[in-house]
Amino acid sequence: MIMDLLLNTVWPAVKILLTILVVVVPVILGVAYMTLAERKVIAAAQFRHGPNVVGPFGVLQPWADALKLMFKEVILPAGANKVVFFLAPMLTFALAMLAWAVIPITENFAIADINLGLLYLFAISSLGVYGIIMSGWASNSKYPFLGALRSAAQMVSYEVSMGLIIITVVITVGAGGFNLGNIVEAQKGLWFAIPHFPMFVVFFISALAETNRAPFDLPEGESELVAGYFLEYSSMQFALFFLGEYANILLMSAMTVVLFLGGYLSPFGFWFLDDVWMQPIWFVLKTSLIAFVFLWVRATVPRYRYDQLMRLGWKVFLPLSLFWVVLTAGVIVGFGL
Amino acid sequence: MSVLFRSIRSLLLLELVRGMALTLWTMFTGRRVTVNYPYEKGVLSPRFRGEHALRRYPTGEERCIACKLCEAICPAQAITIEAEPREDGSRRTTRYDIDMTKCIYCGYCQEACPVDAIVQGPNYEFSTETRAELYYNKDKLLDNGDRWEHLIAANIAQDAAYR
Amino acid sequence: MAEIITGLAFYLFAAATIASALMVVTSRNAVHSVLFLILAFFSASALFVLRGAEFVAMILVIVYVGAVAVLFLFVVMMLHVGENRLFQGVKRFGVVGVLVGLAVLAELVLVVTTRAFRPENPAPATNPQPEGVNVTEALGQILYTDYFLLFQMSGLVLLVAMIGAITLTLRSRDGVKRQSIPQQIERSRQEAVALRKVESGKGIG
Repeated sequence: MIMDLLLNTVWPAVKILLTILVVVVPVILGVAYMTLAERKVIAAAQFRHGPNVVGPFGVLQPWADALKLMFKEVILPAGANKVVFFLAPMLTFALAMLAWAVIPITENFAIADINLGLLYLFAISSLGVYGIIMSGWASNSKYPFLGALRSAAQMVSYEVSMGLIIITVVITVGAGGFNLGNIVEAQKGLWFAIPHFPMFVVFFISALAETNRAPFDLPEGESELVAGYFLEYSSMQFALFFLGEYANILLMSAMTVVLFLGGYLSPFGFWFLDDVWMQPIWFVLKTSLIAFVFLWVRATVPRYRYDQLMRLGWKVFLPLSLFWVVLTAGVIVGFGL
Repeated sequence: MSVLFRSIRSLLLLELVRGMALTLWTMFTGRRVTVNYPYEKGVLSPRFRGEHALRRYPTGEERCIACKLCEAICPAQAITIEAEPREDGSRRTTRYDIDMTKCIYCGYCQEACPVDAIVQGPNYEFSTETRAELYYNKDKLLDNGDRWEHLIAANIAQDAAYR
Repeated sequence: MAEIITGLAFYLFAAATIASALMVVTSRNAVHSVLFLILAFFSASALFVLRGAEFVAMILVIVYVGAVAVLFLFVVMMLHVGENRLFQGVKRFGVVGVLVGLAVLAELVLVVTTRAFRPENPAPATNPQPEGVNVTEALGQILYTDYFLLFQMSGLVLLVAMIGAITLTLRSRDGVKRQSIPQQIERSRQEAVALRKVESGKGIG
């Protein structure tokens, strides 16, 4: 009886938890080292050293940062809305983790291999706005509020063109195109980055805007808004925002890889490089490459002005991606592909 | 022709690509121009205005005569002084506090001091874990003076020619 | 086992939907109301997922939660509606509100009793997932065949609304200096900078 209960109820639950840990723990580790990588990459681009004191080459720096943040004082600004104030960073972090559920890491492993995985990703990333708006409003402070407004408007604007690009990819895949596994499988032989190269670039730039990264980091523009929506946060609340933001960067990199760079597929079809056990390695390598480009762009490009940002989103990317949807659909129907 | 060239340049984002290539190249040159801070430090001017210190004469007698000129001139009102005649009749401070969180490091106090008692030394690494530790009292300031005397004296001697 | 979990999930999300819907009307803070509205949308989409209508659920989240409610929240946050102003009209409009509520209730009762639970058509209300095709395909097949005209008409209504919104807010002002980015970028160094050798004591002249 007890054996039965253990086997049928407890074990599946434990198994699900373990599966989640297998994905979430590397993601959090990746986020921790993303912060170090960012500081190192930007330092290298600016002839600086970067963190190199904590551990050899500074490899323990993320842990030092985490410890420091944990022991900092939690500050609740006067007049802040307590519940919403503390809810916002949790929401941001939880959503950033939630989205990883559908990312396929090998051809037979994803936490949840659902039919509408792509829509799920899109829905979760569109929910991400709320963490930002809530934090900006609940802080009861001018700068965070302005930062939150900017950020929300920016994310909503760029989601439009991202949605159209997603539709392009789904059309190209055909039936079952909303399933991320199917999207990756459809890229066997030809990665979508090649036929859809302009959309690959547009998607990457939209991902920069969606994650509030340079050159679209106006919501936290320190020269005008000090730090933007998380200005009033300290300690672990701040850490959660930080982790959420970097997890989103990794997520967007993973999404770019899945949509355009063939996900877990190997770029080489010979020797052991094509084996199933190499797939997670290829996936991680490709994701890191795109994440590196995020940092590289930050080290290179100066910040946009807000009206330029909106102009780019609505007047350049939206018509371009809409045109590409029509073109793709036309080519597929016209040539009967 | 130039119109064609320009439109190709802007359509293919050639300038962006050039900029990106430059930073990528910079990343791999391995050139580092900054100082490796905790192990290497920049050169300080003898006039550098760092952490405050109260000095003593070589005899061990404290220099401060409680004239309160520094307290009066301090633009941030960071200095608080109380004074009383000592048993031997000399005028000395009973309290000499500097609120380092208020101080703006303008150096007026050391300029005002007629006996070179309050000085801003070359130390700039005095971060603390609590605010309370930044409210310096007389003991702390005298201790700073003892600790940094050799550097402070050398700096004053070096700068004396220009005063 | 699976049924128990699904059942529990259903009651959880249903309770969350109703509770947050109630909080929308009773909350004393307008921003909280909108946040509860979002929670209500979200729980409703979870209910859709439980019924197997994933596409509708995702679209509900993307469109209503991701876009419409954001604009709602913007407006409410900017207006700073105080507590006293929020409940100002309760006495005056209370009766009308109750009447509207009753009318909606009556309509719902009519819909449920006349269509869904009639013995001759029991299927569509209980099984949104048709055999053989997935939800997205089924939805497309219905929308682009049986209800094609209505679908296009609703699209047209949205287009009219969009044009209306643009014409209402579009104002052209005189004397505004506009930046022409292509023109700025196209300027070359030769056009912008001239190097001259200036002799001392004479100036450029």
